[in-house]
Formats: sequence, C-alpha cells, structure tokens
Amino acid sequence: MVRFSDINIGDAIPPLVKPAVSHLQLALYAGAGADHNPIHVDEEAAKAGGLPGIIAHGMLAMGFLGQLLTQWVPQRQIRGFSARFVAMGFPGDVITCTGKVAGKREEGGEKLVDLEIAAQNQKGENIQLGKATVALP
Amino acid sequence: MIDKSIVGKEYPPFTVEVEKRWVRSFAEALGESSPIYSDEAAAKAAGYRSLPAPPSFPFAIIMEANQSFMILDELGIDKRRAMHAEQGFAWHADLCAGDTVTGRQKVIDVYDKKNGALEFLVTEIRLDNQRGEHVCDLRTTVVVRN
Repeated sequence: MVRFSDINIGDAIPPLVKPAVSHLQLALYAGAGADHNPIHVDEEAAKAGGLPGIIAHGMLAMGFLGQLLTQWVPQRQIRGFSARFVAMGFPGDVITCTGKVAGKREEGGEKLVDLEIAAQNQKGENIQLGKATVALP
Repeated sequence: MIDKSIVGKEYPPFTVEVEKRWVRSFAEALGESSPIYSDEAAAKAAGYRSLPAPPSFPFAIIMEANQSFMILDELGIDKRRAMHAEQGFAWHADLCAGDTVTGRQKVIDVYDKKNGALEFLVTEIRLDNQRGEHVCDLRTTVVVRN
C-alpha cells in the first residue's frame, strides 16, 4: 500500500509501458469510447482531413494515463486528472506513461498528493502532459 | 468566429446507462489487465458494487450522449477542423456497471489565439448517478483551426 508519509516531492511513480498501439485497438476504442470519427480507423478519411494518416484517439492515451494511476493506487483514491493533448499519436506508437510527485498537501481532511503526468511516444516526444491528484492513507 | 454569446449556455440533461458489457469492452480496448474491470467477483472483492468504470470512462459517456459533437454542429463547425485539446476529470464517487448517470453540460469559455486562427471552446459536464450522488465533473477544451 502506498502511504502519504512514504512519498516525497520529486519521487517518480512506477511507469507504465504499453504495447504498440494497433489498428485493432483503435477500432475497439472507437466502439467502446463511442468515438466514431473516421480519422481513427479509415486512412482515406484521415488524409482527406489533412492528416498524414490514421491518428490515435487522444482519449486512448489519456486512458493509459488513467492506468498509470490505477496501477499505483486503487482507483477510488483518484481525485482527478487532466491532460493537454500536445501531439498526435499514431498506430505503432509505443506509449510510456510517467508520473512525478509535484506536491503534498492536506485538504478537507484528506492527505493529497499532486502529480505531474506525461505520455510519451517511442521517440521520447510528449503526446500528453497533465496533472493528477490522489488521496493517500 | 464562434459566437461568444454561447458562454454560459446550459443544455438539457441527458441520461446514459453504464452497461456491464460496455465497461468490459472499454477496459479491453485500453488493454487493461486488472480483473476488477472484467470480473464481477474481483470487483466486489475490491469493494465495488459491480465493475468500476475506468478513470477516463466518463468521456465515453458524453460521446455516447453526443454532447461534444452536438455543440460543434450547433455552432456550424466542421468536425475535421476541431480537435480535442485538453481534458480533465474531477472524481467524487464510484461509477460502476449498472449505474444510470444523468449529465448536464454548460459552456464555460470561448477564446481565440493567433488573431482568431485558433479558437477554443471550453465546456463542463456534471455527472450524477441514480442515487443522486455527484459522480464526476468533466472539463473539455476543443480547439478549432480556422
């Protein structure tokens, strides 16, 4: 169990390295995420929209950031998380999610840890940059 | 340009049922391996009333309810010029399979950068469950390339 007293500012949380994003995964996410925009599954539609090709759903990578948090603490302890979508993801990308402790505070009777989180591709480019807050015992 | 008078507009509530199969398929799409998202017994052993919806699941709810594209259509924005720029979730209570959530969307802000070449639309959606509990707040920023 992760405890508030064991966490220090600057600590890294365990990273999450995802398998390469596949076309099948994008098709599954289009259905499950209720996002049927053709730019995520149809090469011709993506190019017609001025994109280099099929792009991954931004919310897929944000789902990976959610997994980064839930593999660290029970989901019920997540108070919030947010992300800026700073670059596009593509099929074949190997996405690594990381988090670093940026602050510790007590609020409303809870011990809270603020994190800076990021999703990067295999080239080390940031796809998403964000923040998260979790409550710890 | 997006008509700034839309700021403050509130949309009628929508209701979405969070089916067990949907939670499972969402977790599968993410490549989630924890059994609490697919095996009800594991979820209950972890203290949930049924499969918990993963942390980013509420965005699937608002897409299912067409809340994001609805505003783009209302504003006459070509969806191919619109991209999701930022997303936030503030969690207040569990969201589990079997829940029925009611959402209410409001337009928070409209602003532009680069002399209008980029316009930003910020909306918030509050989700409450069938028990009247405040479950989650979503804050969404969409950028439109003019």
